[in-house]
Amino acid sequence: MARSPRALTLAAGVLGLALVPVGAELLNQPFYVDLFRRIMIFAIAALSLDLILGYGGMVSFGHAAYLGIGAYAVGVLTHHGIANGYLQWSLAILGSALVALAIGAVSIRTSGVYFIMITLAFTQMLYYLGISIEEYGGDDGMRLAVRSQFPGLLDLRNGTAFYYLVLAILLLFLLLGQRLVNARFGMVIRAARSNEPRARAIGFSPYRYKLTAFVISGAMCGLAGALLVNHTEYLTPEFMHWTRSGEIMFMVILGGIGTLMGPVLGAVVFLLLEDVLSAWTVHWQIILGPLLVLVVLFAKKGLIGLVPEEAPPGG
Amino acid sequence: MLLVLEQTLNGLQYGVMLLLMAAGLTLVFGIMNLVNLAHGSLYMVGAYLATGFHQWTGSFLVAVPLALAATLVVGIVVEVVALRTLYERDHLDQVLATFGLILFFNELVAIVWGRAALYTSLPGWLSGHMLVLPGVRYPVYRALVILVGLVVAALLYLMVTRTRLGMLIRAGASNRTMVAALGVNIRLLYTVVFGFGAALAGLAGLMAGPIYAVQPGMGEQILIQVFVVIVIGGIGSIRGAVIGAVIVGMVDTLGRAFLKPMLSTVLSPSAADTAGPALASMLIYMLMAAVLAVRPQGLFPVR
Repeated sequence: MARSPRALTLAAGVLGLALVPVGAELLNQPFYVDLFRRIMIFAIAALSLDLILGYGGMVSFGHAAYLGIGAYAVGVLTHHGIANGYLQWSLAILGSALVALAIGAVSIRTSGVYFIMITLAFTQMLYYLGISIEEYGGDDGMRLAVRSQFPGLLDLRNGTAFYYLVLAILLLFLLLGQRLVNARFGMVIRAARSNEPRARAIGFSPYRYKLTAFVISGAMCGLAGALLVNHTEYLTPEFMHWTRSGEIMFMVILGGIGTLMGPVLGAVVFLLLEDVLSAWTVHWQIILGPLLVLVVLFAKKGLIGLVPEEAPPGG
Repeated sequence: MLLVLEQTLNGLQYGVMLLLMAAGLTLVFGIMNLVNLAHGSLYMVGAYLATGFHQWTGSFLVAVPLALAATLVVGIVVEVVALRTLYERDHLDQVLATFGLILFFNELVAIVWGRAALYTSLPGWLSGHMLVLPGVRYPVYRALVILVGLVVAALLYLMVTRTRLGMLIRAGASNRTMVAALGVNIRLLYTVVFGFGAALAGLAGLMAGPIYAVQPGMGEQILIQVFVVIVIGGIGSIRGAVIGAVIVGMVDTLGRAFLKPMLSTVLSPSAADTAGPALASMLIYMLMAAVLAVRPQGLFPVR
């Protein structure tokens, strides 16, 4: 069976990620487990965005909302003494799915720049809601008293176990995404993206398909939020700040829009870049900003575009 | 009753600032088809430059024209250096590139002026109160902001509908290829319109300085409310921007002032304390959703 360069890159990437805790142990640098766990959590968020952005053409500028809903589901339950992870994470997924359903139902009626602005505005609404609820910390946020509990199965306080759980979820979502975009459902979404009137003419109702994709994407991102708050052990409305949505979107574009590996690669490069630049200067954003402009202007297909899709003939 | 009048004036004052922002944003979008997230950065730059010039010259009156001119220049430089290549790109690229500009400008002002909020003092003749009605006093400066906003809006309307530049702007909005074919330098026209929009944002920013805190990121909060304004009004529509701005300014200000006391008449005080501010900050977004549910293209769509 011929292996394409992209499949090889994917295999190498997964192997690399799987070996991070081992390497960190050898180098006695537990910090790397933390860094790459954070990277993978954002990779999940970026992947969920790319499902609707890259395949569905829906420029959602509010994906941070679901990150926030997922985080608040965990944070709020913990605050009230319920630390059961099954319950928390189910609520995170269900809650963000419901919010995505509400936001999507309104925004998908519109398109283009209206869609961008509306998703942005709704997320900002949730952000201000988070800020104004004093009981859950208001704009100061609050500490997560204890990480989600999975008695008998897994202890998230063990950093390495948590790391492999995140990796497993990322792989699961990659697989799920692969099945989804190549299924009939994914084909309809992609058809609606390239020519919506034609998709309608051949008998599909794109609205329902797009809304379903929007909800699936929101639910995936909600789980990423539940992971993120367990990672930071701190709940803050900043999860929902609109610049967060911009960063997630940048990861997708940087890595390569409309591919499954692209967002993951984008998250890795973006967050490593952030790590390196912020170690170098506190004003790292003054470098990142123009860099973003340059990437948009000159690297249309993203980093994944550098890896050829098919093996060269005869190779 | 007096409080209602005062808050209505505050709503109007916020509305005219939103209007100055919305006019520039909607012109740039309507004519150049450019989604410019960095519009809020120009507002912030205007506020910082006014504060900076004020401290430097010691005179508010001198600082205002200097800051306006400087924001105009910043706008033109941004257009020529970064945005010019984006007109033909899709909206996603524009959103990302201008998002990059926001990061750049926020960090730039943080480097020059620091991250802490600046507070500008007003000259004595502007810092007092004036009598609006018998028994109703209102800050002179806020009244001036309302006046300036209304005058600028009127001038803008006259310029767009009555002057040659306005004619070109309207023509460029409906068919840019044709305008270019008729021998109009469309590149220059775009630069002029963008610089003009930047100056309007700068004006809103420099007037905001003495009322709100001047700090990095101050442009984003208003930017998102301006989005709500132009989504409600209809993108590219000046008339929609005017009416949307007044509606959003009023709803937001009055909601923040009166929702909590109104809720406390039906809810327990503690529930009202929690729900009031939360609902107030969400009010304009609910309004937007309601408008869109009825009219997906906004209240006054362009044709």
